[in-house]
Amino acid sequence: MTTVQTPAPPRTDSARFVRAALGRIGRYVFTGFVIVFFALPVIWLVTAPFDRAPALRLSVPEFTLQNFQTLLDNPYALRSLWNSVLISITTMVIVLVLAALASYALSRVRVPGRDVLLYSLLLLSSIVTGTAAMVPTFVLITELRLIDTHLAVVLVMAGGLLPAAIFILKDFMDNTPKSYEESARVYGASSLQVLRHVVVPIARPGLATIAVWSVVQVWGNFLVPFILLRSPDNFPAAVVMFTFYTEGGQPNLALISAFSLLFSIPVVLLYLFVNRRYGFRFYGGIKR
Amino acid sequence: MPRTSTTDHEPLGPGENAGSQRPEKRRTDPDAAGLGRARATAFVVPALVLIGVFLIFPALWTLYLGVTNWRLTGLAAAEPEFVGLDNYIDALTDDRFLSSLYRTFVFVIGSAILGQMVLGFTIAWVMRRTNKLVRGFVETLVLIAWILPASVIAWLWLVLLDRRSGTLNALLGTEGTAWLLEYPMQSIIAFNIFNGTAFSMLLFSSALASIPPSQMETARMVGAGTWATLRDVVFPNIRGHILTVLLLVTLWTFNVFAPFLLTGGGPGQQTEIFPVLIYRMALQTGELGRGAAFSLIMIVINLVIALVYLRVLRERRQS
Repeated sequence: MTTVQTPAPPRTDSARFVRAALGRIGRYVFTGFVIVFFALPVIWLVTAPFDRAPALRLSVPEFTLQNFQTLLDNPYALRSLWNSVLISITTMVIVLVLAALASYALSRVRVPGRDVLLYSLLLLSSIVTGTAAMVPTFVLITELRLIDTHLAVVLVMAGGLLPAAIFILKDFMDNTPKSYEESARVYGASSLQVLRHVVVPIARPGLATIAVWSVVQVWGNFLVPFILLRSPDNFPAAVVMFTFYTEGGQPNLALISAFSLLFSIPVVLLYLFVNRRYGFRFYGGIKR
Repeated sequence: MPRTSTTDHEPLGPGENAGSQRPEKRRTDPDAAGLGRARATAFVVPALVLIGVFLIFPALWTLYLGVTNWRLTGLAAAEPEFVGLDNYIDALTDDRFLSSLYRTFVFVIGSAILGQMVLGFTIAWVMRRTNKLVRGFVETLVLIAWILPASVIAWLWLVLLDRRSGTLNALLGTEGTAWLLEYPMQSIIAFNIFNGTAFSMLLFSSALASIPPSQMETARMVGAGTWATLRDVVFPNIRGHILTVLLLVTLWTFNVFAPFLLTGGGPGQQTEIFPVLIYRMALQTGELGRGAAFSLIMIVINLVIALVYLRVLRERRQS
């Protein structure tokens, strides 16, 4: 963009005009570049699944749904999507229930060192990332004889997501009014009943946030299932995509393109849902 | 943790939530639900057990694994021996380790700082005065590149960069250029910029919106050019945001595994950034002990970045 030196009081009109014009051109060029850079790879995702002869090169598709038929015929494709659903829903339920219980208790009862505990858990979960801890995690799961089970993926993912989930949920819990709980207690409700019938309905936005966030995290995760699972039957979608080759060793583009689209749709829908409800800035906090 | 590949969560959000307790309310009413210590403990323990076993224990275990010669198969798999600091000493004299560290450095500087941050800021800056339609369109594109699963994005880039019939070669008329072989590092840097710019863009555009309009107006009145405005008005105002983005993006990029999906670390070891080195060494070659030593080094680097970040947060809150 234009670079002009500091204070420049009296300028001729033409200089100002040139400057403005250059700035405008610079902005257009930059915007064009950004659009091309971010759109170019994605166009293929939208066109190739419906192309009779999906190539690597972008082309105007000869419309067909044949590629989705290929996908249905592939024994691993649908199965892997099902595995993804299974793994992400199970993880989400575990994270949601355990985080709700823990954050509720931490929000209502004063435990010495609570804030230190919360912050150090959060710190820990952001430095012990999947990548940094892949070796000990792999050895641990091997020793537990859980290699090649979905349970292993679920437990490892849940352990990693829980600290942030508790941290965020505690914030929501802190902001729910406590008077309802008191009256529920007066009528003899047990703590679990209070939690279920009083707190959960009030904290629903927070719980929904955590639910969406965990599903998105697990759905797109490649590394954890990649190192912990062995048999293609167990692979979730993120991993199975890298096994889609034809007998000739070429990538099976018909399958890959249709599968990519199917695999991406849930994430985009969840994003739209969150965007609609809370605005995407909120999703910003959520995605990572 | 399982911020593996590209995205992953990462709890250290830009410092919102933090301490939103309201002390005065708490003092009057500490335990409205009548939970009591015992039941509260019972509520917290299941979560802590899971975190303890699958997050804290592995982290601590690297301390032990890293001083053994544990291997995936063979004799050392059955009875790993204590080797002391050998793994660490080997690492410091190992060319593969050192050049991987250097490559990671280039990757982080190139894709996180020069790439995601500068591009994210420029998009936020330019879009600030663009009309709504264009702005919405551009922001959506950048966001899509962020929310799609890393595996899908990796395939999209494999297609884009393909040697024989990739889109890029077709557009540029450079038939036969094998981007991933000839420019491997540049390719994974571009890939990571594509994948992660959205975060910087979002944070910077909300930072820019928080600058008092009067200051921008004054800058325009005195006829300050773009650069002068940025230097004298914008950057001083969003210093805290810049530091936040810098540290978070550095931390995430350092831990990103997705480039492996593009190049597998190759050709040779040309794109073997640190996470990929650990994967290849520990899980492909089977040298778990050495891999654990490298993991610990990685955790320590993460810790340093995170501690600097926490410090910055605290200073921002105080000021």
